[in-house]
Amino acid sequence: MSKYLLSTDHKIICFQYMLTGMAMGLIGAFMAYVFRMQLAWPGSDVPFWGQVSPAEYNALVTNHGTIMIFWVAMPVLIAAFGNLCIPLMLGADDMVFPRINRLSFQVFFLSAVVLIASFLVEGGGFGGAWTAYPPLSAKAHYNLTPLGSTLWVIAVGLEFVAFLLGGINFVTTAMNARAPGLRMFDMPMVVWMIVIASILFMASVGPLIAGAVMLVFDQTVGTGFYDPATGGDPVLWQHLFWFFGHPEVYVVLLPAVGISLDIIPTFSRKKLFGYKTILYTAIATGVLSFFVWAHHQFVSGIDPRMANIFTVTTVLISVPLAEMTFAVIASLYGGKIQLTTPMLWALSFWAEFIIGGITGIFLGASGADIYFHDNYFVLAHFHYTFYPIAIIGTFAGFTYWFPKMFGRMMNEALGKIHFWVSITCYNAIFFPLFFLGLAGQHRRIYSYEHFPELALPEYQAIREFATTALIIMLLAQGVFFFNWVWSMFKGKPAGKNPWKANTLEWTTESPPGHGNWRHGEFPNCYRGPYEYSPEGREDDYWPQNEPPEGHEERVKPAAAPA
Amino acid sequence: MSAAVRPMANLRSASGIPTGRLGVWWVIASEIVIFGGLLASYIMHRLGHPEFGDYAAHTNTWLGGFNTFVLLTSSLSAVLAHHEAQRKNGQKAFVYLWYTIGGGATFIVVKAFEWTAEIQAGYTITANAFWGFYYTAAGLHALHVIAGMVCLAFVSFDARKNEELHRVELIGNYWHFVDIVWIFLFPLLYIAK
Ligand code: HEM
Ligand SMILES: [Cu+2]
Repeated sequence: MSKYLLSTDHKIICFQYMLTGMAMGLIGAFMAYVFRMQLAWPGSDVPFWGQVSPAEYNALVTNHGTIMIFWVAMPVLIAAFGNLCIPLMLGADDMVFPRINRLSFQVFFLSAVVLIASFLVEGGGFGGAWTAYPPLSAKAHYNLTPLGSTLWVIAVGLEFVAFLLGGINFVTTAMNARAPGLRMFDMPMVVWMIVIASILFMASVGPLIAGAVMLVFDQTVGTGFYDPATGGDPVLWQHLFWFFGHPEVYVVLLPAVGISLDIIPTFSRKKLFGYKTILYTAIATGVLSFFVWAHHQFVSGIDPRMANIFTVTTVLISVPLAEMTFAVIASLYGGKIQLTTPMLWALSFWAEFIIGGITGIFLGASGADIYFHDNYFVLAHFHYTFYPIAIIGTFAGFTYWFPKMFGRMMNEALGKIHFWVSITCYNAIFFPLFFLGLAGQHRRIYSYEHFPELALPEYQAIREFATTALIIMLLAQGVFFFNWVWSMFKGKPAGKNPWKANTLEWTTESPPGHGNWRHGEFPNCYRGPYEYSPEGREDDYWPQNEPPEGHEERVKPAAAPA
Repeated sequence: MSAAVRPMANLRSASGIPTGRLGVWWVIASEIVIFGGLLASYIMHRLGHPEFGDYAAHTNTWLGGFNTFVLLTSSLSAVLAHHEAQRKNGQKAFVYLWYTIGGGATFIVVKAFEWTAEIQAGYTITANAFWGFYYTAAGLHALHVIAGMVCLAFVSFDARKNEELHRVELIGNYWHFVDIVWIFLFPLLYIAK
């Protein structure tokens, strides 16, 4: 037990992040269930919860958003998959700083405990939205949750520290622990994307950490950083928050993109189209993401000329993403496509994300955003970006690497049932919300009964429809968990390389033993990761570690392990 | 379990730069943006509030200047420690590292006197936005000084045994960073009146 808890092995830390993230995902989804029930049948008892009071509603919405982004998307996509993939795909036995790696998980776990605790203290959990705008978040006499709001900020702050620690490991490992012969441009996409995401996170989160310190002081010692009465400025928080918050979308997006880009060539048996171009556009997106933050502030009274500039940068950022989408299509074109469960998830990621991307262009236009701001159009838009990232991306990666993690195959039939039910219900939940947004339905409202123009039965029917779809979707997750547990024990043995993939993690046992490879068997690397169906070869794949006949000139002798 | 503590990955150096040095640079980079955000917020406020100049007049420039001198000197002894470490002279590096720790301690003690005097004069953290920034920025910096001193102590004990001598350079780099942050804080909080 203590061997498990105190292990520095990257695979164990991966599971710790994965399990914690998924458990938090269930909590976040349960919160969505409770407030969606309230929206569909306002005022009636919600099974497993009871009456939802307005204060509870606010706390649930706030913590649902916070949890899904900071305690689900980040730990699963970056930390769990980063821990799993980076050493294995680089042919290394661990992270370069294993003890810092463990510390990062411990701090992360503590942050989750603090967040849950914020719900249980007197006054209840913080209800000022995940953006935590002051003065509502700063003054207890506005938010009525003196302890809950402080614990919320502390939890988020601890979580940031955990990811700064984790990021150091990811970036340094990718820079230094690569197998002999493995150049930067031979790294699989998911490694690259997690590295770029970690750097983006490091560069954007600092100002918000500073801002959070000021917010805690405003809450606890009574400073007035965000209070105009004492020379402070509430809009300062908005700048600090969104300078982080917008890049954060790309921090969680890029790993999901990387996962899908590794899956798609494997199952279309084709080279990934435009490897370097995709990388450069990912970096360009990252850089651009620092210049768009004020599109969240079009209604905070900014100068319209400034709004124009941010409109342009916002619309520009869709260009690199469109380019990546075309690269995906080109990688599929003419391929021998195998619609396995991971491939279905990887493809649906792009299909759904496109809807999020296109509706984002509407919101980037400052004039249109004045209407859309804080209504359900925004809500549907960002769920069409975040859900593919956090949920679809996770399922894609999890089902793809399941054989490596547990040594057995998942059941394909169950996997496909889970996929189709989940994806159908997901669209049934969120697509109708675009129409509620167009009709003018605000976000973060406890009951629309108080708004006669929104209480119409046809709108109420949409709300009931969405909530019903959510319930079906949540039930469908039982299929997934059953498949997971059943396959772990009863699945078909996977062998080293069940998907016939090229990257280095498939050259070792499934699951990999201590140190990943047996001593003396650490792989060398001779080529890029996407050599599928190469000309003149009998096999339609060409593992990175397989020496070309005759010459081995790319590989320097391996450093002798001490 | 020793294999788990030092994996083979830690001994590779595909980029040619030692892994420890890379790690410290990433730590410093992520700290720069924290202080960067705080100082940018302060500068925005300072530009919008000319009266900050009057408040800053109440800070003690002499003590601040003295502390600047102390920190710079402690950075020098960190450099000397690195120099000795490179010659595998762990004992001497140990002594220089403790000079650096002494510099940090002096800095904190002077700060304590300074803050006591200011608080007694009524300039508390809640007095107004200037004092809020003053205590927050300098306090965050002081925490970094203290953390640096703890790390210096750990490194020094290994160095005395001639172990992990490369860490003397790494902690030195971190200490220079803490020093440089103060070089920004001092003019912004004490001199810009
Ligand atoms: C399980 C399916 C999900 C459902 C049914 C759902 C539903 C909702 C609804 C209805 C709201 C708005 C409530 C209101 O404004 O009154 C909301 C808010 C939000 N959701 Fe979700 N959501 C789901 C999954 C996710 C995921 C996966 C993420 C991100 C990774 C996410 C992030 C957010 C955020 C950031 C907010 C805004 C919170 C705030 O206003 O402070 N949600 N969700
Ligand atoms: Cu944005």
